[in-house]
Amino acid sequence: MEIDPFIFRFSIFILSIFIGYYVVWSVTPSLHTPLMSVTNAISSVIIVGAIIAALAGKSENVFDTANIFGFLAIILAAVNIFGGFLVTQRMLSMYKKKKKDKK
Amino acid sequence: MISSNLLAVFYLISGVLFILALRGLSSPESSRQGNLFGIIGMAIAIGVTILSVDNFSTGFLYLLVLLLVGGSIGAFIAFKIPMTAMPELVAGFHSLVGLAAVFVAISAFLNPEVFNLGFPGKIKIASLIEMSLGAAIGAVTFTGSIIAFLKLRGLMSGSPITFFGQHYLNLTLGLILFGLIFYLCKTQIDNLFWTIIIISFLLGVLLIIPIGGADMPVVISMLNSYSGWAAAGIGFTLENTALIITGALVGSSGAILSYIMCKGMNRSFFNVILGGWGATDQSSSSKSKEQKPVKSGNADDAAFLMKNASSVIIVPGYGMAVAQAQHALREMVDALKKNGVKVTYAIHPVAGRMPGHMNVLLAEANVPYDEVFELEEINNDFANCDVAYVIGANDVTNPVAKTDPQSPIYGMPILDVEKSKSVLFVKRSLSPGYAGIDNDLFYRENTLMLFADAKKMTEDIIKNL
Repeated sequence: MEIDPFIFRFSIFILSIFIGYYVVWSVTPSLHTPLMSVTNAISSVIIVGAIIAALAGKSENVFDTANIFGFLAIILAAVNIFGGFLVTQRMLSMYKKKKKDKK
Repeated sequence: MISSNLLAVFYLISGVLFILALRGLSSPESSRQGNLFGIIGMAIAIGVTILSVDNFSTGFLYLLVLLLVGGSIGAFIAFKIPMTAMPELVAGFHSLVGLAAVFVAISAFLNPEVFNLGFPGKIKIASLIEMSLGAAIGAVTFTGSIIAFLKLRGLMSGSPITFFGQHYLNLTLGLILFGLIFYLCKTQIDNLFWTIIIISFLLGVLLIIPIGGADMPVVISMLNSYSGWAAAGIGFTLENTALIITGALVGSSGAILSYIMCKGMNRSFFNVILGGWGATDQSSSSKSKEQKPVKSGNADDAAFLMKNASSVIIVPGYGMAVAQAQHALREMVDALKKNGVKVTYAIHPVAGRMPGHMNVLLAEANVPYDEVFELEEINNDFANCDVAYVIGANDVTNPVAKTDPQSPIYGMPILDVEKSKSVLFVKRSLSPGYAGIDNDLFYRENTLMLFADAKKMTEDIIKNL
């Protein structure tokens, strides 16, 4: 009997939930806001689906309805990727330790 | 053109890098490196996907242009946004993920061949279930986040909007959704798919409108979680490991944050989802209208008290963010430190409008993060502290949470501000907080009320130090 590939993907899914569970519990509460913005940025990896949707298919008709939805999704995801990572970077650069040389 | 096996390996690498990005957030030092891992992971995922679609013609140019356009908009927002506006920014970003998921699902539905899902009208059943679930969750995330955004931005009233039979309506719509997905699988009729999306858009609105402004930390975390599950749903459709891993990570992250926020308010998740505290406002606030004696002071008194203290604990809340008082606060603390006063900050889990909101604001004002403590770490210190300076917080300091089982916030963990020798409470008036209940602390012997705008009062105190 062959195992359906879905089961493999489902296993990855379930194991990732567990990884997420333990990794997120170890995030320090003071970084919960950056956690939200970075999870937001990485969930925009949905852009890979958008790229396939936009570009795949016959090259002569790029502006099929299906392609257009792909292109729209690319813009949305791109806003999110750049916005998400950059705002996270901006926040994280503000977290500083006590300066030792300060009188 | 790269082989699909190699492609899968690269997606796996991206997934691992995303895990490391979250892992990095366990401490501020490792977090910046973590963010870099996240960026690399994203670059790999995008790069190999472009390589895998064998189309470097016009479409590729459009792709680059759109990436640039979207990227510049995102970068512009990221640099411009004030830190106080982070909650609405995150809500806005969630809505984009949700909508992108809907669009990808639509595209896959219209043109299933490119994703190897079958043909229009003959899409594989499993794929249909996955894409309709992804689209439905994405649609709920989209409209839900828009409502959250409007409420946080103040473009829509933060008070809960409830009507008779609301929860039954939501339940019915949810059941209809499952029914429609079932029929879609049986009949493959296009219109069913569109109906699923439209109902989900509606459901997103209906789910968020009954939730009050003070519960926004839970809502944001919950929508964070939804956006993850939507991505995972699409990941199953596209058979893409990077998306499945990421979706699961984000989904569980949001769920944990929601749990932490609910625990911070001692409420069950369902209690929050089914409607806010705001609904019980009137009964409790009208009861306690009789005048109780309140000691009020001015900046001079406050400066005198704090200057002569040996330790001060600052308790910031959302009011500090509204008044933009975090920079003035840091200056005040610097002045106190020069006088040899030991100053620390105490942060309640639900202070602000999103998890960790206060920490970011303090970090922005250059407060070192090792002076900022969470509730469990610092709560015992109040007993040994001379002055507690409460700025913009209210309900999270209310002792009735420990004493009055009738109170709506009974059982909520609070900062034991009342145990410190004296309490300075900066507030504009005696009005109750978001929970709509009177704060006992206002009338205590050792409390000095400072009636003013948080920023102005703090600045005046600096002058008097």
